[in-house]
Amino acid sequence: MSTTMNTDTNSQTIVTKGAIRIEDVVKVYDPDGAAVMAVDHCSIDIPGGEICMIVGPSGCGKTTLLNAIAGFHGITSGEIYLDNELLCGPGKMQAEPGSDRIVVFQNGALFPWKSNLENVVFGPMMEGRLSKKEVYDKALKMMADAGLSGTEHSFPGEVSSGLRRRVEIVRALMLDPKVLLFDEPYRALDSLTKSVMHEALLDIYYKNKVTIFFITHDLEEAIFLGHRLIIMSSRPCKPKKIVEVDIPHPRDYSVLTSPRFRELMEEAKGVVNEEAKKAFEAGEKEG
Amino acid sequence: MNIKKLKDKILSRAFLRGVIAISIFLIIWEVGARFESWYGYRVPWIGLIPPPTGVFASWGPLLSDAGYWQSWQMSFMRVMGGFIAAMILGIPFGLFMAVNRTFHDTAFPTFEILRPIPPLAWVPASIIFWPTAELSIAFVTFLGAFYTIVINVLGGAKSINKQYLQAAQSMGASQWDIFRRVVFPATLPSIVVGSAVGMGITWEVVVAAEMISGGGGSGGNGGGLGFFIWNSYLGGSYEQIVVGMISIGIAGYFSSEMLRNLGGHLTPWLKTR
Amino acid sequence: MSTTSLKASEMTGTALTMYRISTWLKSPKPYLMLIGVGFILAIWYLFVEVWQLPRFEDMPGLTEVVIEYFNPDPIYGLSIYTPEYYTHIGISLRRIAYAFFLATVLGVPLGLFLGWSRKFHEFIFPLFELLRPIPILAWVPLAIIMFSGSETPVIFLTFLASFFATTLNTMLGVQSIDESYTRAARCLGANGWQTFRHVIVPGAMPYIFTGLQISIGVAWFSLVAGEMVSGQFGLGYVINTAYTMVTYPTIVIGMITLGVTGFVTSTMVRMAGDFMMQWRVRELALGDN
Repeated sequence: MSTTMNTDTNSQTIVTKGAIRIEDVVKVYDPDGAAVMAVDHCSIDIPGGEICMIVGPSGCGKTTLLNAIAGFHGITSGEIYLDNELLCGPGKMQAEPGSDRIVVFQNGALFPWKSNLENVVFGPMMEGRLSKKEVYDKALKMMADAGLSGTEHSFPGEVSSGLRRRVEIVRALMLDPKVLLFDEPYRALDSLTKSVMHEALLDIYYKNKVTIFFITHDLEEAIFLGHRLIIMSSRPCKPKKIVEVDIPHPRDYSVLTSPRFRELMEEAKGVVNEEAKKAFEAGEKEG
Repeated sequence: MNIKKLKDKILSRAFLRGVIAISIFLIIWEVGARFESWYGYRVPWIGLIPPPTGVFASWGPLLSDAGYWQSWQMSFMRVMGGFIAAMILGIPFGLFMAVNRTFHDTAFPTFEILRPIPPLAWVPASIIFWPTAELSIAFVTFLGAFYTIVINVLGGAKSINKQYLQAAQSMGASQWDIFRRVVFPATLPSIVVGSAVGMGITWEVVVAAEMISGGGGSGGNGGGLGFFIWNSYLGGSYEQIVVGMISIGIAGYFSSEMLRNLGGHLTPWLKTR
Repeated sequence: MSTTSLKASEMTGTALTMYRISTWLKSPKPYLMLIGVGFILAIWYLFVEVWQLPRFEDMPGLTEVVIEYFNPDPIYGLSIYTPEYYTHIGISLRRIAYAFFLATVLGVPLGLFLGWSRKFHEFIFPLFELLRPIPILAWVPLAIIMFSGSETPVIFLTFLASFFATTLNTMLGVQSIDESYTRAARCLGANGWQTFRHVIVPGAMPYIFTGLQISIGVAWFSLVAGEMVSGQFGLGYVINTAYTMVTYPTIVIGMITLGVTGFVTSTMVRMAGDFMMQWRVRELALGDN
């Protein structure tokens, strides 16, 4: 288990919330019909506060895992725990979506009919715990922290997709979630915007310690961001190899050219390519 | 579909719920219509119309009445005639407008100006112009479907992904090839949708035209289902009115379904996710 | 800052409108449009009045109609100078207003629930789909029987047509909302009602307004039919009477008026939609990004 979480220079908090335990989970779609197994006896242990990168070829079932944690689908067997509380398992095969595990969607799910600011305040306003003024103050501050000042009153349709992603992340963080679930959020962005997004994400992470469950097929992205890579096999998905990224946080783009980065890439690449080939030959459709 | 699957479907919750709602509707209708004869108080609106049981009772004898089926036939033929004419003229018109900018800018404004005029408003003009009542009904029917089909074709053609066209061009396709193999198939889904909607409108117009212009043909029972309804009203057989209504509903539904099925065969690629 | 120094994407309001108009005028579009319309008018004039072709000779001619329309003392009784003309328009409009308003107030919520609640859908949609294929005019005799007077049946028919269109399109709208939005709302802690209010209703708005435009078109269609069969005033009645009284130019006047009012009401609905969905107008203006 890596100890990189505690070497962060900004705070000394030891993160204990947001630990995810996936135990022997199996997911079969359409059991009476086509019986497609998407997840095959998957067990993963994610400590609280870790940035865990799930890497794997298209269509292998990574999103299914994410959806199970988020509560959008049920599982067929096995258990998933969040901080030792059962999310789904025997007797309750589907978790309920909740604000402790918030998803950042692949194509973005900012509400186009609300301004950026209205999007950001959505969670706490629905919760109703804080007063309106408190919510808006917090929102403005968090947006400023994330470098989004000046975009508050624009609509999502008016700004760039990179900016939209950041607003979506801030929207999620307003609720102080334990876990952020990312479903290939930067897939559609060009690589220049991507690097900027990565640094922005890490910046946000250093200020708000959450567990991050991040699905990607981009190895560079995975190694740059993550504490750990879990490389999945092609469908049905199962962890095939775990790569510990021991490059210390806080990281910046200079990490990309460091020798250790290259070594980790070598280590991971062989396995990833092997699985990608299998998926390619099977003609898998991307999830 | 095997027996088990059929049984599952019928006993499924969704199906039963639908049946329950429809049954409640029928019961309210029956009770409301018969209330006056039971208790002497006339329920507003519903009390004035014939009850479902009466409707079905009068339907029986009609099924063996040649005139009734002739009405079906007349309406169907009018619908088909007008609809096919609308397709034959509308699809090329729409496609040409989509493909040729100049033609579009010339013809579309006129098209758009004429479109808000409801087809039925054309009935008198149509009767004056066309020599037979049959043709005047056909013309109005044609108009109704024509507008819808053209709009749908245009919309579909406009939203073709430019890259399909560019891909075809880079592979050396001629203009005609591009049209035949890219533009036309890509617009097919919209043509299908436009046809299904156009079909519905065609039925509306046919019924309306039949009622307004007195049915043409030989009057009496042969004037089409719209005329059947109107005649039943004039003759005071209210049950037959409802029979006629339901008949047209069934006819319209089946025409649309047939079209959708046909469309499905022509566009198999849409069946995948 | 003068308008010429702004890029098109930076202009707003009147400056943008003026720019768009000037670009339009410089393109061939307006002239082609005039050619198209002129062509049709020319054919009408030539076929009916000049050449008097066989089937066309009984039809009202272009000049006949125009003269009549602008005649302070029209031969057949209806021109822009006669108050009856506006009475008829007003009555048709009033009927449309009642029917459309009622259909929207009932149809939109019904459509929203049909799309939102699976249970409700399973109960109600089959019944709805059973009634919908019946052409509106087939309801005429029943409407006359059920409702007293001549006003109510006409409004009822118009309402019915509009109602089916609105409900169906609203329902389809709800079903077309990307499920990521509802999922995101649930993640963020919104309960069912909150999701409905903040996601479903705004998300379905674009489809609802498209449906409303279809709905008002359908309303006019039914209104004219109803007026032709059983009304006493209104544009449908005008056209029908003009036909039976052999005052043909009035037919055309009626038709043209219908076209214009139909177009105007449809535009009003679209503008209402644009106003209520500023976010969409801006998003569409900027294209995909």
